[in-house]
Amino acid sequence: MTEEQKLEQFQARIDAEEKIEPKDWMPEEYRKALIRQMSQHAHSEVIGMQPEGNWALRAPTLRAKKILLAKIQDEGGHGLYLYSATETLGIDRDTMIEQLHEGKAKYSSVFNYPTLNWADIGAIGWLVDGAAIVNQISLQRTSFGSYSRAMIRICKEESFHQRQGYEIMTTMMNGTPEQKEMAQDAMNRWWAPALMMFGPPDNDSAHSKQSLKWKIKRESNDVLRQRFIDKTIDQAHFIGLEIPDKNIRFNKETEHWETSPLDWNEFKQVINGNGPCNHQRLNHHIKYHNEGNWVREAALAFAENEMKLETTTN
Amino acid sequence: MDNKQNQLPLWEVFIQGKNGNPHRHAGSIHASDKNMALQNARDIYTRRGEGRSIWVVKSDNIIASTLDEEGEFFDTTDDKVYRHPTFYKVPEGVKNM
Repeated sequence: MTEEQKLEQFQARIDAEEKIEPKDWMPEEYRKALIRQMSQHAHSEVIGMQPEGNWALRAPTLRAKKILLAKIQDEGGHGLYLYSATETLGIDRDTMIEQLHEGKAKYSSVFNYPTLNWADIGAIGWLVDGAAIVNQISLQRTSFGSYSRAMIRICKEESFHQRQGYEIMTTMMNGTPEQKEMAQDAMNRWWAPALMMFGPPDNDSAHSKQSLKWKIKRESNDVLRQRFIDKTIDQAHFIGLEIPDKNIRFNKETEHWETSPLDWNEFKQVINGNGPCNHQRLNHHIKYHNEGNWVREAALAFAENEMKLETTTN
Repeated sequence: MDNKQNQLPLWEVFIQGKNGNPHRHAGSIHASDKNMALQNARDIYTRRGEGRSIWVVKSDNIIASTLDEEGEFFDTTDDKVYRHPTFYKVPEGVKNM
């Protein structure tokens, strides 16, 4: 079969809603696009543990602390599901970590913002995880089998994340004037970064068109963003939070909320390394990855010894 | 291994039933090599079109937890009800959460 026929057959499988499995033939560009998107997704889960970890030792109650730890553990777990799914494409984990450390692989720009007060933990769970859920529900239908199954598993676990975040916000909005102010302050700072998580507008998105054709992505950035906006504005108003955008307006004809354009210049700045916490996030990951090296070495040495013992006793 | 009658090695069989589903354990078969393992698995476990893809793994390569340890092995999650969404109260009237 010629390359062209293979491509045609591949597209026909995609069009018929078939899932592509790791050992199936796939165009090199499809493999590359998946590795880029999935490794970025995995890195985001893992780097996302840092802004929340900032409050693990300062959570206001034991209950809140246990919940926060459970959530951070989930993010680590989700990173691992995604790294393993990406490894089925033939890239090893060391290479992915290397690409992260060298800045060749990105992670979600939202994690380059600092968590300044306790309400930020509420805002992250409700807004950042809320946005991630909208994206991930859509990705459950991605054309690559390993990715799709990882998404299904992750979505099942995510709903607790959003609920605990909203619970924090609700509690603070029912609290003292100072607590309400903190909640509103967190809302003001996280709203735009959360909306930017869906990526640039459709007419400006570098990889979108081909990704949609191959059904790596199932819906466009703007469609997903709008879905999140519609859900979230009502949830904010319900507990008395204001949307930090004076131009929001409910369009009765389209039944959608309209919002101001986002500052994409800021997005580009942050994704290219100039956000408030980029250096901190990456340095932290590099430092602890390197400091963990002796553990991996020791584990391998131990396993080697065990093997020797087994062969000598048999 | 006691192999007096030339019994062939044991393999575990995992079958993907439908497009996109995970491979599930179906049972095991005996075979001398990986090709025979795949063919035997097909002939034994998918006679009625139950599968669209098969994985075979040598049984020796499966490491399993034991029922004796079940209690202490899994009990770390017993007291973590807050890992479930139902632990949280969502105010009545809030939609889409």
